[in-house]
Amino acid sequence: MSHISSFSPRNSGTAAIDARGLVKHFGDVTAVAGIDLLVPKGMIFAILGPNGAGKTTLMRMLATLARPDSGTASVMGHDLVSEPDAVRGAIAMTGQFASLDEDLTGRENLILLARLWGFKGRHARERADDLLAAFDLAAAAAKQVKAYSGGMRRRLDIAASLIVTPGVLFLDEPTTGLDPTARKDVWRMIRELALSGVTILLTTQYLEEADQLAARIAVIDKGRKIAEGTSRELKAQTGSGFVHVSLADASRRAAAAAVLEKELGVEIQQSAEGAELSAMAGSAEAANRALAALIAQGIELTDFSMGQPSLDEVFFALTGEKSRDAEEERMSA
Amino acid sequence: MSDAPPAVLKTVARPPKPSALSNALTFGWRAMLKFRHVPEQLFDLVMTPIMFTLLFTFVFGGALAGSTSDYLQFFLPGILVQTVVFNAVYSGMGLSTDLGKGLFDRFRSLPIWPLAPFAGLMVGDILRHLIAASIILTIGLLLGYRPEMGLPGVLGAFAFLVAIGFGMGWIFIVLGLLISTPTTVMTLGFTFLFPLVFASNIMVDPATMPDWLRAFVDVNPVSLMTTAIRGLMNGGGSWGDVGLALIAPALITAALAPVTLALYRRR
Ligand SMILES: Nc1ncnc2c1ncn2[C@@H]1O[C@H](COP(=O)(O)OP(=O)(O)OP(=O)(O)O)[C@@H](O)[C@H]1O
Ligand SMILES: [Mg+2]
Repeated sequence: MSHISSFSPRNSGTAAIDARGLVKHFGDVTAVAGIDLLVPKGMIFAILGPNGAGKTTLMRMLATLARPDSGTASVMGHDLVSEPDAVRGAIAMTGQFASLDEDLTGRENLILLARLWGFKGRHARERADDLLAAFDLAAAAAKQVKAYSGGMRRRLDIAASLIVTPGVLFLDEPTTGLDPTARKDVWRMIRELALSGVTILLTTQYLEEADQLAARIAVIDKGRKIAEGTSRELKAQTGSGFVHVSLADASRRAAAAAVLEKELGVEIQQSAEGAELSAMAGSAEAANRALAALIAQGIELTDFSMGQPSLDEVFFALTGEKSRDAEEERMSA
Repeated sequence: MSDAPPAVLKTVARPPKPSALSNALTFGWRAMLKFRHVPEQLFDLVMTPIMFTLLFTFVFGGALAGSTSDYLQFFLPGILVQTVVFNAVYSGMGLSTDLGKGLFDRFRSLPIWPLAPFAGLMVGDILRHLIAASIILTIGLLLGYRPEMGLPGVLGAFAFLVAIGFGMGWIFIVLGLLISTPTTVMTLGFTFLFPLVFASNIMVDPATMPDWLRAFVDVNPVSLMTTAIRGLMNGGGSWGDVGLALIAPALITAALAPVTLALYRRR
C-alpha cells in the first residue's frame, strides 16, 4: 500500500467510519484481506476497484450484514460487532442489486420501510410521498416496481435508504448499468445529500465517478487497499494521463514504440491490431515532446489523444500489473 | 428530476423505535399487499386441490367407497390437510426468492425485531391457508359434502389447519433460508411431501395396504392430521386424535424456530 496521504486524524470523534484490519474469508477465498478505513463525518468517500476486489464484502461488513473474521470497526461511534443494532439505527445501505419488493408499488415499498422505522399511519404515507417527489417518482408511485426502468429502480432504492436521514449512507455501485443522464441524476442526488451532512461511502469501478464525487478515494484490489488519497494525489502517482496515438501505417509500429519509449521512459502498450499505441505520460510537456518526436521521425498519425487515466491505467501505475479485467479482455480478444 | 430542490431531501430524524409487534404487523401488511398485486398465487394454490377433489371423487370415488357422495364425505377433510401442507412449500419458495433479490439485506440492515419478517411470512401463510381452505370447502359443499359437526366443527377444523400450517411452515422457511434457488426449494419440498401425502389415509382407507406400508401410514403425521380433522368435521373423533396430530407441528416449531433465527443472523 502506498502512503501518499497526509490526512490521518485518528480521532474517532470526527470519524463516521473507523475500521482497522477488517478481514473476511469465504471458504478458501479471502474477499477482504485486512483493510483499514477512516472516513470523516460529512465526506463523500469512494472505494474504487475492479470486479471481485472485495468492495461489496467490505461494505456489507460495515453495514452489519457480514461479520468480520477479524479486525474491528466503529460506524458513527458504535462498534460493529457489539452494538449492531445501534449501527443499523445510524446507517442505510443501497446494495449493488435492487433491494425492493418487485410486486409492490414504489409508494408501498417506501411506506413499508417508513413503518418499519416507526412512522405511523399518515406520517408513513407522507414520508413516502415526500421521497417520491424528491426523486421524481411521483408519477410512477402507483406502479409496481417490476415495471420500473433501471434508473427509476436505482432512484427508488436510494430513496428507500433515506426514510430516516442516515449518519452514513452506503452506496454499492450506485450508477452501474445506468445511462449517462440517469448517472448524472444520481450524482447530483449524492452531492445534495452530502451537502445536507450525510457521510457517503460509495463503491465504483469508474475512476471518473470517484473523481467527480469523492473527496477521497481508496483503491482496492484482491481484498487489499493499494492506495488512498484525493483524486489529485492518485493521479499524480499515476502520471497525468495516457497518451494514445493511432498510426497511419501499422508497419511503423516498432519505430513509433521506440520513439515513445525513449521520450517518455515508460513501457508502451500496443493494441492487438498494432496501429494504436498508448503510454503513460508523466506530464503534458512530456506528452507534447513525444508527439513532436514522432512527427520529426516522419511517423504519420491519424489520431492522438491524451486522456485521464482509466481505472486500468491507475492499476497499472499502482501495481505494475494489469487489472484482472484488462487481463481477461486481452485474453478473450 | 432537474427541478427537485435540495430542500426536499431535508434531514428527517428517527421516530421512536416501534414495537416488535408493530414490525410484525407491518410485514403482515406486506403479505396482504401481495394478495392484491399477485392474485395468481392463489390460483396456483387452489387449482391442484380442486382438480384432486374432482378427479378422485368422480373417477375413483365409486370404486373406492361405493358411491361418489360417500367418498367425498371421506376425502374432503383430508384434501384440506394436503392443501395446507403443499402451500407451505410455496412460502419457502417465496422466501428463497426474496433472499436472492437482496430484499432481505435491506430488512437485515434495519434496526427491527429480527424475527419480524418471518412473523410476516407466517401471517401471509395463515391467510393463504384460510382462503384456500374456504374455496375448497365451498366447492365440496356444492358437490354435496356435509360436515356432520356443523359450523363449530368447520371452525375447529380451520383453527387446526392454521396450527399445522404454522408447524409445517418452519420446514420450508429453513429450506428457503438454506437454498438460494426457489425451484430447488420446490423440488426438494415436493420430493419430501409426496410420500407423506400419498402414503397416508387421505385418499384411501389403509386397510387394503400391505402390512409394512400400513405400519408407516399409521404413524405418518399426515395420517394423524387427517384422522383428527375428519373427527372435527365429520364427527366420531376425539380430542386425543387432535392432540396426537399436533405433536409433529409442535416438535417442528420447537426445533426449527431457533434454527431459523440462527440462519437468518448468520452473516
Ligand atoms: N457470499 C459469498 N460466498 C463466497 N464467495 C464470495 C461471497 N461474496 C463474495 N465472494 C467472493 O469474494 C470476492 C470479493 O467479492 P465482492 O463481491 O466483495 O467483490 P466486488 O469488489 O464487490 O466485486 P464486483 O465489482 O463484481 O461487485 C470474490 O472473489 C467473490 O467471489
Ligand atoms: Mg460488488
